[in-house]
Amino acid sequence: MIEKYRAPLAFLVMALLLIIVGFGQSWSVALGIINLCIISAIMALGVNLQWGYAGLFNAGVMGFTALGGLTAVLISHQPIYEAWSSAGSGILLSGFILISSVLGIYFVHKKIEKILLKRILIISIIGITLFGLNIFYGPSISIIESINPAKTGFLGGLGLPIIVSWLVAAFVAGFVAWIIGKITLGLRSDYLAIATLGISEIVIAVLKHEDWLSRGVKNVTGLDRPVPYEIELQETTWFIDLIASINASKLQAVQILSDRQDILNKLVIDGSSIFVKLCYAGLFILVLLIIYFLSHLALQSPWGRMLRAIRDNEDAASAMGKNIVSKHLQVFVIGSAIIGIAGAMLTTLDGQFTPGSYQPLRFTFIIWVMVIVGGSGNNLGSIFGGFFIWFMWIEAEPLSIAFISLLTNGLDYNSPVRMHLIASAPHLRLFIMGSILLLALRFMPQGVIPEKVSKE
Amino acid sequence: MENFEILNALILLANFVIVPAISYGSQLAIAALGITIVYAVLRFSNFAHGDLMSFGTMTAILFTWLFQSLGITGGVLPTALIALPFAIVVTALLCLLIDKSVYRFYRKQKSHAVVFMIVSVGVMFILNATVRFIIGPNDRTFFDGEKFLIRALDFKASTGLEEGLTIKSTQLITVIVAIITMLLLFYFLQKTKMGKAMRAYSNNEDLALLSGINPDRVVMITWIIVGALATIAGVLYGLDKSFKPFTYFQLLLPMFAAAIVGGIGNPIGAVVGGYIIAFSEIMLTYAYKKFFIYLLPEHLEPSGLTQFLSTDYKFAISFIILVIVLIIRPTGVFRGKTI
Repeated sequence: MIEKYRAPLAFLVMALLLIIVGFGQSWSVALGIINLCIISAIMALGVNLQWGYAGLFNAGVMGFTALGGLTAVLISHQPIYEAWSSAGSGILLSGFILISSVLGIYFVHKKIEKILLKRILIISIIGITLFGLNIFYGPSISIIESINPAKTGFLGGLGLPIIVSWLVAAFVAGFVAWIIGKITLGLRSDYLAIATLGISEIVIAVLKHEDWLSRGVKNVTGLDRPVPYEIELQETTWFIDLIASINASKLQAVQILSDRQDILNKLVIDGSSIFVKLCYAGLFILVLLIIYFLSHLALQSPWGRMLRAIRDNEDAASAMGKNIVSKHLQVFVIGSAIIGIAGAMLTTLDGQFTPGSYQPLRFTFIIWVMVIVGGSGNNLGSIFGGFFIWFMWIEAEPLSIAFISLLTNGLDYNSPVRMHLIASAPHLRLFIMGSILLLALRFMPQGVIPEKVSKE
Repeated sequence: MENFEILNALILLANFVIVPAISYGSQLAIAALGITIVYAVLRFSNFAHGDLMSFGTMTAILFTWLFQSLGITGGVLPTALIALPFAIVVTALLCLLIDKSVYRFYRKQKSHAVVFMIVSVGVMFILNATVRFIIGPNDRTFFDGEKFLIRALDFKASTGLEEGLTIKSTQLITVIVAIITMLLLFYFLQKTKMGKAMRAYSNNEDLALLSGINPDRVVMITWIIVGALATIAGVLYGLDKSFKPFTYFQLLLPMFAAAIVGGIGNPIGAVVGGYIIAFSEIMLTYAYKKFFIYLLPEHLEPSGLTQFLSTDYKFAISFIILVIVLIIRPTGVFRGKTI
């Protein structure tokens, strides 16, 4: 009986927690948390697809998130025509050389039988490629990076609306996942973990150091927005009227006209920030619902049932004639594509792309905690995990500072021990995350909302 | 004159490639040994190993500070070497504690290796938080004693060559400690009764149990060894470079690459893998311009840096080697899986 109410109960508790933040701190903070909760939930859905449905350990969530972020920049930023006209051809040529050499190596690897000839050919292709890149790539990037380095210094993007990038990000992340999957999925399961861990570090390294592509650690700021700006809202009449009509009674109570105007101004400023966050939340919830709905359908379909069969018994599924590696590749690509979408959404929400801020603990392993705690294999569980763990991640910091302050109450205010403990308190949230993960694995291995096994 | 050119080129290479690669390789080898032993005996990929190393190093730093404040120093040697045994004891105890409170439960349940891996992620979080809580996330150097064994200037003066050779004392210490550690470990595994029991357990658990090997003891000894290896690797790395918790986490990739390239579960493979990764990382990111200037006649001298990959991509190298090995020889250079 209780099983049936687990999911509604879990979400009710979550809603209550958010409402407490809304009243206790502010609605703007609560909405800020909710927006990131939704993005986390989407990432958790992607990981759940890979881990919960198919049992694949993807330790490179951060890399796919960052790829999504890069896509957002490349789609939405205005193109830098000057850079394109002076060095675009060099970059395109380098790209052409790289792609053709990869194809060449692939061709040689597949078609040439003689080992010695094969090795000589591969080594010479690599040599020619390095030589070609040395001629075209190096000079081009230094030209691009020298054009107005303080403001641009990169190629820019396509200048399309940023929402487009959410879709494109799925393809970019999916394509990279396809390459990794091709290499590692046939091998033992833990190699996938190591390989994805590696690829995510490499993606971040590329984004940090290839300034012509992503401006590197100089960051790209002021990205296009799918929702109105606060400043514009504060000057639009309909919005001011809206705020005034919502707070009509409050404004009526104020007698002096100038005071009333001041209060209205303040309300409009607060309201604009909340309105913008609500717009984001609306968009994000739409994406979340679409992805949830599709994942749910996929899980119910023969495809989803087959994946679970493979997960639970590879040998039996293989004996039934299922190609395990190719199914794993499919689910790995789709899951990574979803993570890519979430990455693009995250960059959209931030309005900036900062390669230096991608940390594996924050972007890979926290997502794992979400999936495990929420309930592997259950999409609702992953959404709940995304909300709950993100909420804890945000609120753990003030909580641990409060806890440490309480603990060190007896100490002298300026004692070095107290100072050190207070300064280190924010690191406790990693401790809290680790404890939640270990406790969940030990006492609730199925998660808060366990996987439903349909028996038909 | 011609000969001097070649000598200069060789010294240049030794200074910037060979000496650093040998010391980095030794550090990686010891670290990869820890990973490979966990894999062979306990049968999972331990994601917490990097943070275990940073915990061990942190303990060593705390002991170093304690000794320094008591006025005990190592003289020309770094004080951390005196602190090392104490840190090993603490780290080994921590490993046993973690095993008792966390891993044992899943071992009794005979959980899947992937579950162990996720559990190790939880342990990683907790260790990471503990280290940052106690010592903070910042860079720390804890080296004291004589810094250089051979200084570039002295070398130039005594040989009359243009290129100087620098050997830091930490590099020599790394190599000596690493060799002693490996010899002890291999002696233990090959010659002692407990080592043989461990190998038997790793090879075939059921058969080992039938022969009367006590599994709890095997696991206990394994964790003690792993704690010791992690601490040694971490301290050596920290002495040579510096101690920063996040760097230790990032070492996870080269460490795993070393273990897998050598053949995961195979100690000799881990050692060889460590050196393979270290040498390729440093050789492929070194700019050979000056080297060629010495060797080639003037009109052939390269204009660029002649560097294969920028140093920013050193992670990519361990990854690429890993991928190549996985494609060509998935079991690693030495066939892995048992010690």
